[in-house]
Amino acid sequence: MKLDAALSADALEELMEAYLDAALSSRRDASQPARDLAAFGRRGQQFVLHWGAVIAKDNAELAYQFTAFAPRAMRLMDLDAVESWLLYAMDLYDKKGQIPAIRAFQQVADFAANMQERLAGMALEDCSAVLERFVCGLNGRPLKIAPADIPYTDTESVFLPPILGRLPDKEANFRLYKAMAVHQWAQNWYGTWRAGLLLEALDSGRLAPRDLAIFHVLETFRLDACIARDYPGLRRDMTALRLELDGEDSGWRSAVDRLTEPGSDVRETLRLVEALRGRPPRPCCYRGELQPDAVRTRLAIRSALEQDRFRIALAKMLEDQDGAPPGEDRPEAETLPETRDRLATRRHEDPDSPNGVRFDLMLDGKPVAPPEDVISTMESIIQDHGEIPPEYLVAAGPGLYKRGLGDDERAAESVWAGTYHEDGAFPYDEWDHSRQHHRKGWCILREHPVPPSDPDFYYQTLRKYGGLIKSIRRTFEVLRGEDRLLKRQSDGEDVDIDALVDAYADVHAGLEMTDRLFTRMHKDERNIAVMLMVDMSGSTKGWINQAEREALILLAEALDTLGDRFAIYGFSGWTRKRCEAYPVKTFAQAYDEDAKARICGIAPRDYTRMGVAIRHLSHLLAEQEARVKLLITLSDGKPDDYDHQYRGEYGIEDTRQALFEARLNGIHAFCITIDETGADYLPHMYGPANYAVICDVSKLPLKVSDIYRKLTS
Amino acid sequence: MQHVLRVLKPEDYFIEDEPYYEPVGDEIPVFEAAYRNSLPILLKGPTGCGKTRFMEHMAWRLHRPLITVSCHDDLTSSDLVGRFLVKGGETIWVDGPLARAVRAGGICYLDEVVEARKDTTVVIHPLADDRRVLPMEKLGELLEAPDTFCLAISYNPGYQSVLKDLKQSTRQRFVALEFDYPGSALEQKIVEKESGIASALARQLVKFAHMTRNLKGQGLDEGASTRLLVHAAKLMVSGVAPVVACRSAIAQALTDDPDMLAAVNELGASLF
Ligand SMILES: Nc1ncnc2c1ncn2[C@@H]1O[C@H](COP(=O)(O)OP(=O)(O)OP(=O)(O)O)[C@@H](O)[C@H]1O
Ligand SMILES: [Mg+2]
Repeated sequence: MKLDAALSADALEELMEAYLDAALSSRRDASQPARDLAAFGRRGQQFVLHWGAVIAKDNAELAYQFTAFAPRAMRLMDLDAVESWLLYAMDLYDKKGQIPAIRAFQQVADFAANMQERLAGMALEDCSAVLERFVCGLNGRPLKIAPADIPYTDTESVFLPPILGRLPDKEANFRLYKAMAVHQWAQNWYGTWRAGLLLEALDSGRLAPRDLAIFHVLETFRLDACIARDYPGLRRDMTALRLELDGEDSGWRSAVDRLTEPGSDVRETLRLVEALRGRPPRPCCYRGELQPDAVRTRLAIRSALEQDRFRIALAKMLEDQDGAPPGEDRPEAETLPETRDRLATRRHEDPDSPNGVRFDLMLDGKPVAPPEDVISTMESIIQDHGEIPPEYLVAAGPGLYKRGLGDDERAAESVWAGTYHEDGAFPYDEWDHSRQHHRKGWCILREHPVPPSDPDFYYQTLRKYGGLIKSIRRTFEVLRGEDRLLKRQSDGEDVDIDALVDAYADVHAGLEMTDRLFTRMHKDERNIAVMLMVDMSGSTKGWINQAEREALILLAEALDTLGDRFAIYGFSGWTRKRCEAYPVKTFAQAYDEDAKARICGIAPRDYTRMGVAIRHLSHLLAEQEARVKLLITLSDGKPDDYDHQYRGEYGIEDTRQALFEARLNGIHAFCITIDETGADYLPHMYGPANYAVICDVSKLPLKVSDIYRKLTS
Repeated sequence: MQHVLRVLKPEDYFIEDEPYYEPVGDEIPVFEAAYRNSLPILLKGPTGCGKTRFMEHMAWRLHRPLITVSCHDDLTSSDLVGRFLVKGGETIWVDGPLARAVRAGGICYLDEVVEARKDTTVVIHPLADDRRVLPMEKLGELLEAPDTFCLAISYNPGYQSVLKDLKQSTRQRFVALEFDYPGSALEQKIVEKESGIASALARQLVKFAHMTRNLKGQGLDEGASTRLLVHAAKLMVSGVAPVVACRSAIAQALTDDPDMLAAVNELGASLF
């Protein structure tokens, strides 16, 4: 017998019995596992026998389960993956006992599927940013990307599965995502939902709900033909995917000839359903499903909104034309019927647009050019209706105008309260160090106003540190930028007479003459923007918070003297979904009584999720025009949050990553902390020279200004 | 083959061959009318939409030398007007490009004028109103502009910060011509003429440009300009594969953001 020849079932059974003895009985022997394993080569067999024996040393029952399920595992995965499977099960045994471990062995198929997806799969969160931009670039109304098990669109978002692992590698799975997104986009752009035809057919019963699937099959042919005409590269990708995942087309194509001709629209598809009803649908890897109800809801909201918006825009155009707002005499009127006669649209051939036509807006018989935002509203209306419906062509009256404004105000308020939509909420990525990758849009941050408090605290602080403030002012005044006359420059506005005289002397003495003969005015502009990021976590309660506020007042006084632009933001939060930033003083706001009262109003709140706060504030800081951008954090401890995950290494690594991103944006970060153990983790996060630990809280106010002066001179 | 290189001062250089310029609107007659009336001209528009080319074309049309100054934030008024230099032990005055253009009665084109320091824009004021003189403070002289002199400045309202906005007192001295990317058909023609690329490919390139322009404000500051299309087309004519040409000449020039870059590349790949 050659060493590497496969063993027979009998031989295997004998070897198995040797280590499984304790788990076998009259009702259970090793013959079935042995028969299963006999189908594999020697290497696989050896692998199972080896690990079976190893596991048996811990637990014979588990060794049996492993031996019994290993052949199936080897059919699903390569040996490395099988090894991870058994180690995973044994790990469960160590931590949770025998039952969960047995379950893990039995659910080998799930593990294999997961494994495949983890290795080769693509997660939506990793590519949704790319897909969203891609779809937006294609054309039409921008569509958001969101997760759902089966792909569909509601005409404002494209829903895609959270993970795809059907294909062997990430890149191929990304192509499948792209094809899915393109198909949903195509429904929007090439008019599956246009003019409400499909919804109407469903409502009226002309298209039965059970025929929706066949309609979708047919419509896919039509859309694919449109895509093929306009985007040859996409056609190539999508055809290849179908060949790989769906197999050959079995005679459908000839049945749907008419649909693939240019100019055919959704009506054609609806007609064909009649003829082809009952055929088994052809599978398609990127088609997903149609969700008429989701579309209906979105469409109703959007149409009403856009109709109003459009009519208001018409009123503005009439105002421009006539020099007075129309309908002033009827403050309650929502539309002004007499304007109908003055408004019209004109159709144009336009090969660039989806149904080959474009519409000009006509006022008093002459074409008018609407402003940019009205154009995009018009485009959206045309995308939905195929035209500007005639009933839209009437100017809004003051009544509608007022209603519109009211809505906006309400919306703005609820945004602040953090309830309405996700508007006014800033999503930020977070760094997961164990996965070495960003969790996309993981944290939601909102800005909340700081209620001003009694400014008395401000005046008390001024009295308490009166002498100190004077001396801080003096030292800072020296730093202030001033015009200086630079002499002996090689280039400048004026001749430097002194230098010239010297140069003449040099020439007469036979020396070489210098060219540094000019004076130049040089303005030492400090051009610094500082963002002060203040820890408002619960742990600052009491005298830390008081010291923070005092320090801010002292520093703000100094910055005001210097003329450096500065902003003060507090930060706090409670889990990743409720991260908060508190604008105490924005860059645009003056350092006035209100700002001072807000400093006094800084109060402890919840937790310290630092990464997201740094990302938000450095984003604001990066927008400033300044040569030096400084982010100074005042803190009392490590990054921390209510969910335990953020505590410890995860939070530290995320903060470090956020600071790293800030540096890429040209921001210098510095941390001032009163945590005595700060030296243990701050160098790792901020870099060795970019932090200061202040042990005595009462020294904080004094030190902060001192540190700032050193940092910026 | 031997090239004889001529070295000329800009004010002596007359463009001899007609620079190819495809008018988008009535910019040529408007410019000519402004020129005849000695009015200065402001060209507004995004980068790479043909402003410089237009100036060359007009200089050729009007038979005037074109002196172009690209403004930057260190540009001082002496850089424009002139300064004293020391030569051979003596201080001598050397005209700056603006003064040279005035003396030669040429066309002076200040590109991206908002980039220059604020005090610099002020020196063009007397030249840009009906005084038509250039004060040369250090010489204590005033230089009067001949009728043939023309001042033109350009300005991209798109991506400058509020800090760098053109002052009203400056902009209100100029006749403004607005430039934008040409319509699809015209842009395709320009790309074909400039690069010699086949029509079908030029069409796809223009389509690609529109895709990137859809992304303006959605993550891109600017979409692809006509200039970038010409670049990509030239690469393609030299045998570079279309997808690669789009990536190197267009996508990389538009953004550094990895997600955006990936998306723009996918858009390019979807067309070819
Ligand atoms: N109307 C046009 N006619 C001919 N060529 C054009 C036209 N518009 C753009 N181009 C092409 O685009 C290129 C870039 O144009 P140009 O350099 O004039 O841009 P610009 O507006 O001056 O840009 P910038 O603001 O960046 O200086 C030209 O070299 C030319 O190939
Ligand atoms: Mg130019």
